[in-house]
Amino acid sequence: MRWVNVRPNRRSATALGAVPMLLVMVAYLFASAARHAANASDKVLPTPAAMVAAMRGLLLDADPLSGQVIFWADTAASLERLGLGLGICTLSALLVGMVLGVLPAARATLGALVTTIAVIPPIALLPILFIVFGLGETAKVALIVIGITPFMIRDVADHVAALPQEQLIKAQTLGASSWQLALRVALPQAMPRLISGLRLSLGPAWVYLISAEAIASDVGLGYRIFLVRRYLSMDIIIPYVAWISLLAIAMDFALRQLSRRAFVWAHQMPR
Amino acid sequence: MSALLAFDNVWLEYGDKVVLERVDLAIAERSFVSIVGPSGAGKSSFLRLVLGQEAPSRGRILLDGKQLAPECGPDRGVVFQRYSVFPHLSVLRNVMFARDCAKARFTGRLFGAARRRAAEEAEAMLAEVGLDDSLHLYAAQLSGGMQQRLAIAQALIARPRVLLLDEPFGALDPGIRQDMHRLILRLWEEHALTVLMVTHDITEAFKLGTRVLAFDKRRIDPHAPHRFGATAVYDLALTRKLPLDTPDVSVSGITIDRVGNNGQT
Repeated sequence: MRWVNVRPNRRSATALGAVPMLLVMVAYLFASAARHAANASDKVLPTPAAMVAAMRGLLLDADPLSGQVIFWADTAASLERLGLGLGICTLSALLVGMVLGVLPAARATLGALVTTIAVIPPIALLPILFIVFGLGETAKVALIVIGITPFMIRDVADHVAALPQEQLIKAQTLGASSWQLALRVALPQAMPRLISGLRLSLGPAWVYLISAEAIASDVGLGYRIFLVRRYLSMDIIIPYVAWISLLAIAMDFALRQLSRRAFVWAHQMPR
Repeated sequence: MSALLAFDNVWLEYGDKVVLERVDLAIAERSFVSIVGPSGAGKSSFLRLVLGQEAPSRGRILLDGKQLAPECGPDRGVVFQRYSVFPHLSVLRNVMFARDCAKARFTGRLFGAARRRAAEEAEAMLAEVGLDDSLHLYAAQLSGGMQQRLAIAQALIARPRVLLLDEPFGALDPGIRQDMHRLILRLWEEHALTVLMVTHDITEAFKLGTRVLAFDKRRIDPHAPHRFGATAVYDLALTRKLPLDTPDVSVSGITIDRVGNNGQT
């Protein structure tokens, strides 16, 4: 049988997918054990036992200064900023994207502006945001919003503008006004695209969040990682990074499920 | 007989390119007009003019004696070759769409008793096109033939004065096309429709039409072929139709449109 025709079934595909991950973990364990054999107080590749011990304090004991459990306080602060930022992005992308996609005149007026904003590297704007909004929460949320919204607007607008012309004509011959056309034809078909745009934006959103937290913050997952870096605390950094990845995967999964449940027609329809 | 749709010296030009020239036609109510012609002879442009997607650069188009606004409206229904149903709505909601638009200006959808009435009307219309057992499927789940049935039902419920068909059966299998021919003729009679149908397929044109228009250029300037536009060069009133079961297969090689501009609108 040719190699190109070897197709794993679902179960073996899952198993195959797990193999490289397990290999990475095993390789880490060996490397960590080797370093500890040479130097018992090695900090660069901590053993799993050391990570558990280091995290135990952050997870279970309240911080004597703030009275909060640090790990959960970090998680809550980061998720709040991320949620707020993504929420604002999604709403404004939907609103502006729909207007740009449905109305050619709006597209001609604002399209160039959105495209221009989209090419500015958002991190380069971070100093401006700190100057304008101060070092508080607003600047961090604003970075996420500025970083992601232009992409999502363009994505939604392009998708709506690319709806088959026949559909729009048909709707008009059935008596639809511009408003009804937007509400009944364009909006429902933009929603799955909006969600997939949001899923694609999760990665950049985390980047902007952690950058903002690293530079000016007093709580948050990104803040903690950059704080303990000074003490070479890999036993805290590695679990935090794993936790961030887990959160990202969970969000992506939740959004995909939402799209599949809410917009059945957009997913794997037999023609 | 008074003309429902009249073309009064209609021209369509883009810059110095003439697409249609001197189109003078009167289309009677309840006629079934087939429009044939080679690629680039302006069949689709002609349909776009009637639809209101474009305005003629000269001349007037009159519907019921009133000049057409250059915008699509509910007095002209349309079925395209593809994409004329809403994939995200159920079959029933697709047909209710026209009622939603007419009566719910802000919400875009009806509620309560008005909605039930619209649903009943839509169900009756769907039964006529044979889709009464697929009411709650999404349009995206239907086969090509079923989508075209749905598109026809959707257009008819708005009671258009003219039904425009842009190669409606071009993408269907021959067997299904025969069924669709029967369906459209039955609906044409029962609903007293006036139909304009653009088609590639000459057999289809003669089988369905009461009148066949052939579009082509009358003159060609070899040095500037774009300077002469097309018009209806043949206008045949049919008294006797081809039988409905005339096979397509034997003549499929001589459809005039060799290049195939399917999907163009």
